[in-house]
Amino acid sequence: MIETYLPNVDWTKMWDATVETLYMTAVSTIFTFVIGLALGILLFLTAPGHIWANKLVNLLTGSIVNIFRSIPFIILIILLIPFTKFLIGTIRGPEAAMPALIIGAAPFYGRMVLIALSEIDKGVLEAARSMGAKTSTIIFKVLLPESMPALISGITVTAIALVGYTAMAGIIGAGGLGTLAFLDGFQRNREDVTLVSTVLILVVVFILQFAGDFAVKRLDKR
Amino acid sequence: MIQLSNVNKRFGTSSTAITAVDGVNLTIQEGKIYGIIGYSGAGKSTLIRLLNGLEQPTEGFVEVNGRKISSIGGRELRQARQKISMIFQHFNLLWSRTVKENITFPLEIAGVKKADRERKASELIELVGLAGRENAYPSQLSGGQKQRVGIARALANDPEVLLCDEATSALDPETTDAILDLLTSINERLGLTIVLITHEMHVIRKICHEVAVMEAGRVVETGDVLQLFQSPKEPITKRFVSQVTEPEDAKKVMSLMRQDYPDGILVKLAFVGERTEQPVLASLIREYPIDVSILQGNISQTRGGAYGTMILQLTGDPEATAKAIQYLHEQGVQSEVYEK
Repeated sequence: MIETYLPNVDWTKMWDATVETLYMTAVSTIFTFVIGLALGILLFLTAPGHIWANKLVNLLTGSIVNIFRSIPFIILIILLIPFTKFLIGTIRGPEAAMPALIIGAAPFYGRMVLIALSEIDKGVLEAARSMGAKTSTIIFKVLLPESMPALISGITVTAIALVGYTAMAGIIGAGGLGTLAFLDGFQRNREDVTLVSTVLILVVVFILQFAGDFAVKRLDKR
Repeated sequence: MIQLSNVNKRFGTSSTAITAVDGVNLTIQEGKIYGIIGYSGAGKSTLIRLLNGLEQPTEGFVEVNGRKISSIGGRELRQARQKISMIFQHFNLLWSRTVKENITFPLEIAGVKKADRERKASELIELVGLAGRENAYPSQLSGGQKQRVGIARALANDPEVLLCDEATSALDPETTDAILDLLTSINERLGLTIVLITHEMHVIRKICHEVAVMEAGRVVETGDVLQLFQSPKEPITKRFVSQVTEPEDAKKVMSLMRQDYPDGILVKLAFVGERTEQPVLASLIREYPIDVSILQGNISQTRGGAYGTMILQLTGDPEATAKAIQYLHEQGVQSEVYEK
């Protein structure tokens, strides 16, 4: 039955590609989360009127974020080839895709973190200061917990964008479902391979969205 | 004791500076409930934030219980703040924490052990009357309950001073009274100094011992609450006092009475303390051949004693009327004749 409709699909290859996609997405999402948080918090705290108000740092961080956010991902991959080669030792395979994935996604998420933090009631921050809280306490016990639903929905959106980026990285040979769909499917005229790869990418995206929405719902006590 | 000496606070650059607090000198005795009243923009929010270093004065110094808040910073200021806690108009609770976790937050900041935090939180929940709600989230509470959490949170580190930033302004009148009663009982039981800012004279009348009136960044009048009610000097103080002694409808009644009885003289009497219990009015009617109608009467209870006002219309012989007013003066009743 499956053989008749999908004659060219090699399920072992398909499974390996799915695992590669999941691996690239998971690792790059974790790094994006950490680096994006750091960028977002830095942008927030160095803005005028905040604890670390500093025009220069704010402007520099803001510019870096904006520049990397604006470069189309496919171009970013190519621009980063020398850097990737230096860091990973090769420009092929899932690991080689990661520097570009993280550098492309972290500034994007950093902006989302900034928006999430800006929505926290200023009064709560003032209350924490009035209790004698240190900056680290304010970051870990006020800023992060109070913006957690927005941080989670932001990382969900970012992770989904990263699934898309991994598919794009597939064109330059990163592996995963994107490579499979492009090289095995499109370039060899095997529509069934392209179709199954696409469906699997969609399944990954839906699972991510569902997990993200569920977490936000559980966390939001407002 | 809290002391502010020649305190100025300006915001912005020198060319476009806004002076929020202008040459303020204040002394607040320990254990008192001290009210600062003013309309919005009078600088009272900035003034109260000078007391815990959330704002630093441009000039002058601020001292709270021997600590020079205006010249310390960093760790020293953070430690001082643990003893000068604050409650807010919009409560400023952390929505992500339960009632109990909100109350233990300042204890976490102070580095108190978990078992002690739990014990202290349970005590405070009991004290503010929230037993049974410890695991609720702020979104599940009413405004009054949220402010109780705010108060419990503020008391967690056994503060010496409690600052109240318009603490009842977002609450309905009944809840306001309940919160004010709670503040009074805390002041009496724990002996801590309370400094509150408000735009409602009702709050000052109900719980304050002393009051300062602010206008355009300056403190224009200070004193004992009862005294201020009895003889307000500044026009703004008179306006605040009339908030609680002259409801709007009395003003309407007065203008109607003026139309009906063009001959009458309208007199406002103010009775203070023991005077409120003496039959001044009865003897006035007996001794002078004039007609007296009572347009409006009102007694307010302040922390220092009762304060009453009464608006009378006196009709009859002008000479007798003048003598009657003279008699009131002799009796120590303050009277003010309204112009026609």
